[in-house]
Amino acid sequence: MKVAIIIDGQMVQIDRGAPIIDAARKAGIFIPTLCYHEALKAYGSCRLCMVEVIQNKQSRLVTSCNFPVEGGMEVFTDTPRVRKIRRVIVELLLARCPDVPLIQTLARQMGIDFSRFKKKEEKQCILCGLCVRFCEEVVGVGAIGLANRGTEREVATPFRVASDVCIGCGSCTYICPTGCIEMVPDEETPKLRRMNLGKLSLSPCPNNYQCETCSIEQEFFEDIKRVIADFRNRHKKPSF
Amino acid sequence: MHRIRTISDLEELRQSILAKRDPEKVVIGVCCTTGCQARRSGKVIDAFENEIREKGLQDKVEIKKTGCHGFCEMGPIVVVEPTNSFYCRVGTKDVTDIVSETALKDKVIDRLLWKHPATKEAVVSQNDIPFYKKQKKVVSHNSGRIDPTNIEDYIAVGGYSALAKGLTAMTPAGVVETVVASGIRGRGGGGFPTGIKWRICSSAPGDTKYIIANGDEGDPGAYMDRSLMEGDPHSIIEGMIIGGFAIGAREGIIYVRDEYPIAIQHLSMAIKQAEEYGLLGHDILGTGFDFTIRISRGGGAFVCGEETALIISIEGKSGTPRARPPYPAIEGLWGNPTVLNNVETFANIPKIVLNGAPWYSDMGTAGSKGTKIFSLVGKAKNTGLVEVKMGTTLREIIFDIGGGIRKSKRFKAVQTGGPSGGCIPISKIDMPVDYDSLRDAGAIMGSGGMIVMDETSCMVDVARYFIHFLMFESCGKCVPCREGLKQMHEILKNICEGRGQRGDIELLSDLAGVMTTASLCALGGTAPNPVLSTIRYFRDEYEAHIFEKRCPAGVCKNLFEYVINQERCNGCTLCRLRCPQEAIFGEKKKPHVIDPQRCIKCGICYSICKREAIRVK
Repeated sequence: MKVAIIIDGQMVQIDRGAPIIDAARKAGIFIPTLCYHEALKAYGSCRLCMVEVIQNKQSRLVTSCNFPVEGGMEVFTDTPRVRKIRRVIVELLLARCPDVPLIQTLARQMGIDFSRFKKKEEKQCILCGLCVRFCEEVVGVGAIGLANRGTEREVATPFRVASDVCIGCGSCTYICPTGCIEMVPDEETPKLRRMNLGKLSLSPCPNNYQCETCSIEQEFFEDIKRVIADFRNRHKKPSF
Repeated sequence: MHRIRTISDLEELRQSILAKRDPEKVVIGVCCTTGCQARRSGKVIDAFENEIREKGLQDKVEIKKTGCHGFCEMGPIVVVEPTNSFYCRVGTKDVTDIVSETALKDKVIDRLLWKHPATKEAVVSQNDIPFYKKQKKVVSHNSGRIDPTNIEDYIAVGGYSALAKGLTAMTPAGVVETVVASGIRGRGGGGFPTGIKWRICSSAPGDTKYIIANGDEGDPGAYMDRSLMEGDPHSIIEGMIIGGFAIGAREGIIYVRDEYPIAIQHLSMAIKQAEEYGLLGHDILGTGFDFTIRISRGGGAFVCGEETALIISIEGKSGTPRARPPYPAIEGLWGNPTVLNNVETFANIPKIVLNGAPWYSDMGTAGSKGTKIFSLVGKAKNTGLVEVKMGTTLREIIFDIGGGIRKSKRFKAVQTGGPSGGCIPISKIDMPVDYDSLRDAGAIMGSGGMIVMDETSCMVDVARYFIHFLMFESCGKCVPCREGLKQMHEILKNICEGRGQRGDIELLSDLAGVMTTASLCALGGTAPNPVLSTIRYFRDEYEAHIFEKRCPAGVCKNLFEYVINQERCNGCTLCRLRCPQEAIFGEKKKPHVIDPQRCIKCGICYSICKREAIRVK
């Protein structure tokens, strides 16, 4: 069902329940994001995409990547409150990883020259979780995950040993917005590649990437089909 | 074993339990929950059992292991009926006397009674102790009276009759509306109206629904859920079955913090007994309603007390909150509609169903109904668990029930609602306590922790402590909470160590504002409360730290010195002898001095001085 919402003064027709960010993109309005990706389920961790929503005469701040659109909703993507949140978040990220070009560009776009917060250690990973979610949701492998909690949180393989399920597809390298995961040739087995996550190595493909004839690949596709069918059955909308 | 099949079975069983009881028999109730066990009540129970066996009094005296009385400060607590004598701090050496005097001769032993600190007058009965006078025990009524490991004890005091009433005399919708009308709000911290949550869930589409009780209590200094699970587990189970009936769920899960072994043990026993008696499982009370309960043990993360993280943790993944909507009442455990309430909320339900919504909504204030258990800890004289009506003032809780501040120090602030709560100063002491007033004062109800602080607490250091706790307990998923807490802790640490700069207070406020609005879950959203509330009420302390490099309370070691008031010091040499650094000099009967170069500010001299001659500069 299509509903109409007003976003920064523009009327947009969109499916009910779609995330606000879709409506914004439809209207050509830019909302900065770090953890959002069309191919993945919304995660809502970077909080950069916050917008102000007025619904039932009540104003609230929500993340546009996962907040569902309802008819009659009014959205503002560039209010002082929104700007303040984005500014502080970019400052926090700039303090975490001052040398990452993506964050520097983002800061420049917002007119932020420096962070008021102390730079403690220079990290490259912003913990957006794109690599982990892509590996799990799209590749279907789950070779990497988010380990520890709080300030200790990091991307790692289980128990920090080289993963034996990694198929070396390179998706994590491709999707990482800050270039934390590099793809390098494997020295022990020539022509093969290896993903390096800092000092941690993910393991290469055992079948030399002969995907079309690979039995693991076939099994994997069968599994995916079954999972999707299960998922659809489970989430069938009840008829009223 | 009595398998209860109908309502009349339940009533018959109750009568038969009561008839079996020998009115002549003396019952010695010994608290066996964590507070008293820490003071070795286990040994006291063993000693009682030995004594009874040796003297062959099995027919005359019964030893009962009870739940928590709340007055944990005075544990181990022993109550002897029928004289109703309330004995405090009972040791194994007192056992013989209690059996021979009180149990056999009905004579009350004065030395074991609670004594009024001012008048030194001994008080026999629990109800006459000021600690209990202003309390209203509804949820914790059974705790301390019954043996939590024996279902018959619970049935004897009217247990499971609310279940019988709900299942036979009411419809599911009727139960939901009763809970709505009672006005009860979630006891876990958020304060969302329980009835509304149940209504949303009961009308949500789906055949499979779940009831989850949240027993993952993790606030430092708070233990009311623990005491409830240990002392009266059946009331939680009864509330959950009624909840399951109301929303159409057939399975319940109790998520218990794994660091609570007695709670897990008592709940497991209670579930097993309820199943044996036919109060859980297939066709409960012959009504055709099926309901089972299992226990899920927590993984040891504070954030798992947050509802979405808790559900994800039950599903077997690492507990990180997810965005709402969809709310768990629509899409919760395994994607099914789920009602998640605190264990204290569930313990309230049987009372509401049995006595009716008007009885419940008569207690409390306009926006908050019923009673609430608070865990009163810190510098109050009487610490323990107190249950009061909503709307009782902080003064009544801290000064009348809590007996005021220890060592006649001055009250400074009370931290309510755990680490993400706020500090409320003396100016708000006459504020009635309910969900809304606490929120307006910059704190939260939380699960009901109350940490009382006196003038020796530095509010900047208190804020730093809580932020440090939360920094490690944040799940680390969203940027404002993870990075914000790290930076906030850094700034507070600098202030406490004397490196505070102009602009730090403003930066803290700015950051706190963003964390409140932009965090993913309630943990991040409420995490800045300790900072915001201390800046709001104790800004002068922040300014003293930053601009004058001085800690007025004498906590932050870089920012104060101990000095001896030359006029007050009588040269007793006590401080000189105890100083581990040999930093105090002076002759006998002449005023002493402290060498600031040698002093490590351990505070021994400060606390030992009988004339209060040592002060913080």
